[in-house]
Amino acid sequence: MDGEDDAPKSLMEEMYANGIEGVDDAPSSSTSTTIRKNRPIISGEQLDIEAYAALYSGRTKIMRLIFLADHCDNSGMQLEALRMAYDELKKGENTQLFREVVQKIDGRLGPNYSTDATWCAMVDRKADQRKDKLESELNAYRTNLIKESIRMGYNDFGDFYYAHGALGDAFKSYVRTRDYCTTSKHIIQMCLSAILVSIEMGQFAHVTSYVSKAEQTPEALDPPTIAKLRCAAGLAHLEAKKYKLAARKFLEVGPELGNSYSEVIAPQDVATYGGLCALASFDRTELKNKVIDNINFRNFLELVPEVRELINDFYSSHYASCLEYLGNLKSNLMLDIHIHDHVETLYDQIRSKALIQYTHPFVSVDMRMMADAFKTSVAGLEKELESLITDNQIQARIDSHNKILYARHADQRNATFQRVLQTGNEFDWDVRAMLLRANLLKHEYNLRASRKI
Amino acid sequence: MNSVEGLLTQIQGLSSTASDVLSLQNVLKQADESLHAESTRLLPFLDQLDPSKHSLGYLYFLEACTAGPVTTESASSFVLVIARFISSCVAEQIRLAPDKFISVCKRFKDQVLLLEEPLRGVAPMLTAVRKLQSSTEHLTTLHPEFLLLCLLAKCYKTGLSILEEDIFEVDQPRDLYLYCYYGGMICIGQKCFRKALELLHNVVTAPMSTINAIAVEAYKKYILVSLIHHGQLSTSLPKYASGVAQRNLKSLCLSYIELANSYNNGKIADLETYVQANMEKFGSDNNLGLVKQVVSSIYKRNIQRLTQTYLTLSLQDIANTVQLNSPKEAEMHVLQMIQDGEIYATINQKDGMVRFLEDPELYKTCEMIEHIDLSIQRLMTLSKKLTVMDELISCDPLYLGKVSLPFPFIKLF
Repeated sequence: MDGEDDAPKSLMEEMYANGIEGVDDAPSSSTSTTIRKNRPIISGEQLDIEAYAALYSGRTKIMRLIFLADHCDNSGMQLEALRMAYDELKKGENTQLFREVVQKIDGRLGPNYSTDATWCAMVDRKADQRKDKLESELNAYRTNLIKESIRMGYNDFGDFYYAHGALGDAFKSYVRTRDYCTTSKHIIQMCLSAILVSIEMGQFAHVTSYVSKAEQTPEALDPPTIAKLRCAAGLAHLEAKKYKLAARKFLEVGPELGNSYSEVIAPQDVATYGGLCALASFDRTELKNKVIDNINFRNFLELVPEVRELINDFYSSHYASCLEYLGNLKSNLMLDIHIHDHVETLYDQIRSKALIQYTHPFVSVDMRMMADAFKTSVAGLEKELESLITDNQIQARIDSHNKILYARHADQRNATFQRVLQTGNEFDWDVRAMLLRANLLKHEYNLRASRKI
Repeated sequence: MNSVEGLLTQIQGLSSTASDVLSLQNVLKQADESLHAESTRLLPFLDQLDPSKHSLGYLYFLEACTAGPVTTESASSFVLVIARFISSCVAEQIRLAPDKFISVCKRFKDQVLLLEEPLRGVAPMLTAVRKLQSSTEHLTTLHPEFLLLCLLAKCYKTGLSILEEDIFEVDQPRDLYLYCYYGGMICIGQKCFRKALELLHNVVTAPMSTINAIAVEAYKKYILVSLIHHGQLSTSLPKYASGVAQRNLKSLCLSYIELANSYNNGKIADLETYVQANMEKFGSDNNLGLVKQVVSSIYKRNIQRLTQTYLTLSLQDIANTVQLNSPKEAEMHVLQMIQDGEIYATINQKDGMVRFLEDPELYKTCEMIEHIDLSIQRLMTLSKKLTVMDELISCDPLYLGKVSLPFPFIKLF
């Protein structure tokens, strides 16, 4: 996209210079190319906490805000996040988390934001009352043996525990409804609840199993549910570091997701996770078919234009600007609870892919130009290339004296001869050793036989 | 006295034809005990026998003489006698009483060692081995004795000549273990690491029902030689190694396995500290020299890895990557490796650059074709041998008895 703005530049210069003119355009593109009214939320600029939090609802909103507060350096942002968490918690019934947040605030936000003991006591009292009521209802239903009521009773218990932060009990209650589910809708409801609690607990093995359970129901699922299940599956794969599978799942999420899964994930996240995982793990054809030409996914990418730009830059070999976008995004990505510990790995993989893709079409590459294209020093580049060559991802050799990289294609004929001779030697050795061992075994046999006789 | 004299005349009389020799053997067997009883007085009688014609009789007499404990005075006199006997005896007659011959030679070895002149025993022992073995593929009990003498006398080349031959028939497993172990040590001394690896591998993977010390020592050396030659150690023994070996060897050689792990990490400083820490352990196993070679081989390994990545590289960079102290040292290492044929490179001293070249072997010459042809023929003979052995075993009643279904009433024998 940047090349089209600077049309008169010659083709050669553009190929080598590779995004140097793109640097000036990068920050402006995030504001100038937006057509919609909303500013992009996950971008290179500092995170707008209110807008970020508005994307989510329920418990995940609070957890994300707490994570933000724990991991960001800016104390202003920290306090802002904690304040919002406090407000959100006051609307709910989770006194445990409330106490934690108050402790983190530590009185820095003034008297309005300190331990409200009366509120806590009142909420706990109400909770006990509700719990007793639910229990008695459930017992009544159980004696009556009405399946539907029992199921709803357990469901209500699950909701109750979830609202109060007792995630393990919530999960158990939801799973208990399984025996009382009669229609596919019930099963799907149970699976979705179980998935939600598992994601909050961080137990992604359960997520995968319940997703597959939900997908196996005989009835056709409605599109938002399918989208939700795919998101959950993608998250599970991401946690398991299976980036290719995660990318595939995220890319299959349809636009029907909208904001319906805000208790777990926002469409911006789908775009970011899907885009980055795809870039790190797909090869060129798959990247083109499944990401760039994917109309459904394009809607998601519109929400995070920087990710869209960086994918396009990578595909059109403007590596410097691609890596620049990545660098800008990094600080915000480190504040996201799902992707923060994968950021480094993904970035390394994307960078290696860029290096490999750069060298692939050439017979010889001037390392100085390559270092300019990747905005790094020649020595640093040499080290990176050396590790890639040792891992056999680039077939080339470095002329360190002239700083040139030469592609090297193994001589098949010589290699074949070498292998033949080596195989011959190994066969020789193996057979001789085998004959020797057979002789020894025979000897042992004879010894044993003669002893028996 | 009379019996001895009578025996003498019989020996002299019955040593001419093969059938006579057989009857002589029976006579000698019966007279063996009486000979042993009078062992101290038999030496002068030996002069009346001619070792080249009356080999069997001479052997019995000699065996009786040397049956007693070895002392220094007797040693010097007997050494000459036995050496002369070995060089002049007749192989066919010797083979009729192999255990006697073996015990005589063993005594000979003990005497030579007692006199601390192992070199005197090398040549006679070599002749003895050649006369005892029925074919060059046959391993006798004398082979390891011979190799031991070579090791102690430090004449490795003679030992190497015996090792060149392939062994397929073995009398006693213990002979094989010792033979391969000593053979491995000789090859290490001559720096033929490939053959050493082969021999030590044979010991380590030989079928054995209980773990023995030879296998343990051999495994220690095997680890070290594998590191020097291949730069890596396969972590598990192959499937055909005996169960005892697979279970026990690793736990008995822990410090060596640690050494291999630290070698694989590639950090020279770590390796050297580990070696320093375990010096006495390696020293007590007499493996210090090998361990030092392992440490120096890690530099070679690292330089070889560089040839895969670089076309040209400055000596300073080589020194930095391989953790040497100066470009001069790097140059020396590279020069040594070029001379040994381990890498192909040229050093440009003006620029301080090394240019790595491809293997110049083009596989187009007549010698190469001849080499390949010979290898093919050799392998074909080996294959035939293997098929023959397979057939033999399939017809062997013992094997069939074991392999057939275990119904007691269908036993074949």
